[in-house]
Amino acid sequence: MAEGVEILGIYDRATTAAVGVRAVLKEGLGEVITYSPVPDRALDQALHVTLSPVRLFVLIGGLLGCATGFIFPIYTVLDWPLITGGKPLISIPPFVVIAFELTILFASLGGMAGFLLLSRLPRVTGRPPDARFTDNMTGISVTCAPEQAAAVRACLARTGASEIRE
Amino acid sequence: MSFATINDDILRTLRPPGRVYYAGLALALAALSIGVLAFLYQARTGMGVAGYEHPVLWAVYITNFVFWVGIAHSGTLISAILFLFRAKWRTAVARAAEAMTVFAVVTAALFPIIHLGRPWFFYWLIPYPNARELWVNFRSPLIWDVFAITTYLTVSVMFLYLGLMPDLAAARDRITDWRRQVYRVLSLGWLGTDRQWRHYMALYGFFAALATPLVVSVHSVVSWDFAVSILPGWHSTIFAPYFVAGAIFSGLAMVITLLVPLRRMLRLESYIRVHHFENLAKLMLMTSLIVSYAYMVEFFIAWYSGSPFEQGTFYDRMFGQYWAYSWMMFTCNVCVPLLLFSKTVRTNLRSLFVISILVNIGMWLERYVIIVSSLSHDFDPANWSGVYEPTWVEAAITVGAFGLFLTLFLLFVKNFPAVSITEMKETMERPAEGDPASAWPEPV
Repeated sequence: MAEGVEILGIYDRATTAAVGVRAVLKEGLGEVITYSPVPDRALDQALHVTLSPVRLFVLIGGLLGCATGFIFPIYTVLDWPLITGGKPLISIPPFVVIAFELTILFASLGGMAGFLLLSRLPRVTGRPPDARFTDNMTGISVTCAPEQAAAVRACLARTGASEIRE
Repeated sequence: MSFATINDDILRTLRPPGRVYYAGLALALAALSIGVLAFLYQARTGMGVAGYEHPVLWAVYITNFVFWVGIAHSGTLISAILFLFRAKWRTAVARAAEAMTVFAVVTAALFPIIHLGRPWFFYWLIPYPNARELWVNFRSPLIWDVFAITTYLTVSVMFLYLGLMPDLAAARDRITDWRRQVYRVLSLGWLGTDRQWRHYMALYGFFAALATPLVVSVHSVVSWDFAVSILPGWHSTIFAPYFVAGAIFSGLAMVITLLVPLRRMLRLESYIRVHHFENLAKLMLMTSLIVSYAYMVEFFIAWYSGSPFEQGTFYDRMFGQYWAYSWMMFTCNVCVPLLLFSKTVRTNLRSLFVISILVNIGMWLERYVIIVSSLSHDFDPANWSGVYEPTWVEAAITVGAFGLFLTLFLLFVKNFPAVSITEMKETMERPAEGDPASAWPEPV
């Protein structure tokens, strides 16, 4: 919908905005993006939000970290075999500590990378269409075909938008 | 109270500070300067100025290391563990505690370097092969420390930053001075879209779930620096849980020490309330009881072991050269916190402030007693007569560490929201459709 128009409805409350989202989606008027100062369950339900794939990044990071935590120390002791303290070269208990820490480190880094990638961040020049969306207002941005614009405006007004603009 | 009020009230704290703030910052910078000068003197002259003498070759610097790592722990307890338990009261104090965690770990991480004879070779700690292709020893607890502290610092910074991101966006859209550009860059262009919130909430939950075992592992690893040796007084299987409980105990005390003046300085009395302090005091009391139990178990095991060296170390701890430190430690960590059983005491911020400072002193002394009294009473009776005393250089560097920590903390609270705007809004109960906005309740 590259040649579509974008209509912004501004709501006082997220619960009211959720009603607007439901109405726009039900009537098939266009694609919806919401802006809110806090995460809101009502909006999530209206948008039928599913589980975030961030969890896959965390899992992959954790598995990589765990594998690195064992393979790296084992590689080093085999690379230059030097017995210290009379302990076997491949001493699993101390390597568990390294593996544990690296599991958490890589899982966290993986999660952060996944979050930034999926959220399309960083985008330093990015600003929400209205500064009040980081303060106290909730917004619905509907991208629709030009001929649907009037219907979208009517829908947003009907569901309680305090302000509507293009 | 509405979303807009919360936004205004918390962003108001970023306005130019008053005289009290500058006085505090000047004091912190002066303390930091003293520490830096003492460190430069030590680096130039040599470790001899630190008062180390065989067999006490770990002392104040390692005490500081363990103390500051411990201070960090309560931040993670509040931000991660209480988040998982859905303890909503944490919201008001979580941000300050998370920031405290990061700055305490930064301070702690300096001490193993300060403790080095040639601190400019600190990078030898990083696991890479040296000129003879020899790798670091992964079986050494000191290398475990490198991994644990690095992971803890990285995860704590990311956790703090993730929570800050929407607040930085709120500051970007409100602040008009030169800092706006800084907030613009730091907020990474946060928009607050449904897509961003969805991934944000998922990651926040994962960070909490990952930081919880991490915090337990970090002080366990620190305790193993001691416990895997064979020295009487150190060689103990209870050290990991004992250190973790002690860390959270001291960290909670530091949170109270910082928040009592902070709420007044930033006029956050309507957000950080007495019941938040009371909850922190209850947690402090509980961890104090765990620590007291650990002290008793230590003495019991020493007696029950039948080892004369073990028994001698603990007898010496109570009645030997370091008796004064030990008794002060018991008073501050075991006796004083019992006052918190009284609701009157734990809801009085002045008494709570005094108790928290005494607990900080007690927990610093605990690490000092564990390290110095055990080392000075090893297996060789010829070593038992020596008395280690900290020198002025060690004292100055310790003061400098407090200066560094307070400088970082003060700079943070005046440039970043000290209370999470997003979480304060989130914890407000949503009104039912049609309710007047004026009926919105106060935040939890």
